[in-house]
Amino acid sequence: MRMLTLAGRNGKEILRDPINLAFGLGFPLVLLGLLQAIQANIPVALFEIGHLTPGITVFGLSFLTLFSATVIAKDRGSSLLQRLYTTPLTPWDFIFGYTLPLLPMALVQGAVCYLAAWLLGLKMSLGVLYALLGLIPISLLYIALGLLCGSVLTDKQVGGICGALLTNLSAWLSGIWFDLNLIGGAFQKIADALPFVHAVEMERALLKADLSSALPHLWWVLGYGTVLIALATVLFLRQMKRQ
Amino acid sequence: MYAIETRGLTKQYKDTLAVDCLELSVKKGELLALLGVNGAGKTTTVKMLSCLTRPTEGDAILNGKSIVKESGAVKEMIAVSPQETAVAAGLTVRENLAFMCGIYGLSGEKREEKIAYLASRFGLDSVMKKKAGKLSGGWCRRLSIAMALISEPEILFLDEPTLGLDVLARSDLWELIGELKGSMTIILTTHYMEEAEALSDRVAIMKDGRLLICGTAEELKNKAGTDRFEEAFVRLVREGTK
Repeated sequence: MRMLTLAGRNGKEILRDPINLAFGLGFPLVLLGLLQAIQANIPVALFEIGHLTPGITVFGLSFLTLFSATVIAKDRGSSLLQRLYTTPLTPWDFIFGYTLPLLPMALVQGAVCYLAAWLLGLKMSLGVLYALLGLIPISLLYIALGLLCGSVLTDKQVGGICGALLTNLSAWLSGIWFDLNLIGGAFQKIADALPFVHAVEMERALLKADLSSALPHLWWVLGYGTVLIALATVLFLRQMKRQ
Repeated sequence: MYAIETRGLTKQYKDTLAVDCLELSVKKGELLALLGVNGAGKTTTVKMLSCLTRPTEGDAILNGKSIVKESGAVKEMIAVSPQETAVAAGLTVRENLAFMCGIYGLSGEKREEKIAYLASRFGLDSVMKKKAGKLSGGWCRRLSIAMALISEPEILFLDEPTLGLDVLARSDLWELIGELKGSMTIILTTHYMEEAEALSDRVAIMKDGRLLICGTAEELKNKAGTDRFEEAFVRLVREGTK
């Protein structure tokens, strides 16, 4: 009950910020439409709707990091968290309270992207359902990153690091916008060692309902997700103790 | 019967001794003003008493419960209105009150009654639909204190409640705090001498983490040999340094 109250409040704070809606929903949709318009004139295999949409949905999730980090950092700055630490809320109420509201947002964001892709010519299939389910572990990974950043950064730092650096980093190293094989070398090795490209490849395989191809990438996502959730929990509890 | 009794309460941060073996007792229903210059240890004391930070040594007993061993039980009986506004900026005033009701497990009719009561008592009715982030400083502090009262605390900590407010807003808030007196034990930290003199039953002055003196405003003025409270504070703090 207490945790759900906190989760509800956090959800409202995020959804009422028009900038969040513009970035979380508007930006991926604009990119999808824009790249499809280019695709209509200059066809590129990378931007075919079935190949591009999974990448766009993963790119959209990178904004969850910004949302969750901003709410936590602002609550730390305004002393709302300090007030809440003196209430009977437990540490787990805080962890789940800041995580849960973002999960339905991630699913809605993904569903809207696939709906838009369908309007642009994507065939509806069982793969879409698989791809939507696949967004759950990926979104947990991005939310954990937000929890981690929000626990150690101020709200101004969060804007720069999560809003600019992290979204760009996850975009460039994900293989959404260009084929990483074309660059190769250290760049590709770094990209392969990070979870972003695996999240995109997993989504692409799930959309084709190719579960066996998705599985190796799922382990990467789950591995990084688990480590990030553990690290975020430790850092959140540490700043809670420091209050 | 004491609401708060500290026993050798100490907090050490690396090289800094923020609070040094504090021995302080506060009676039930009393309003104690905690005064001191910056770095005196007021906020650290409040943080320890409200279970935000653990003492390095010593303990404090709040209505029979230890802040070290029974912090959960202590949290059930206290509330804090921090120095910063500490409200959810994106929620309306009503939603902020409802949010705190939810945190304390109040729902349905009880929640509505509580919201209506606090809105009326703090004169918040006219701003109930306004987002907290759009409120002026005075309204925000009112909301902050109203949120602290949701749980009907036995002990209320008000950390610099009128800091940065204009004269009218401060006067309004003094009136509200004055009305709370007697119904609960209140610890008020402030830099405003006139605020401490007007509102408190007793004043405790801290310096360098230690309690210099504790008594009524009159007693402190007599001790310092002046009839002006601000002057008494300055003299007592300076004497305490020697």
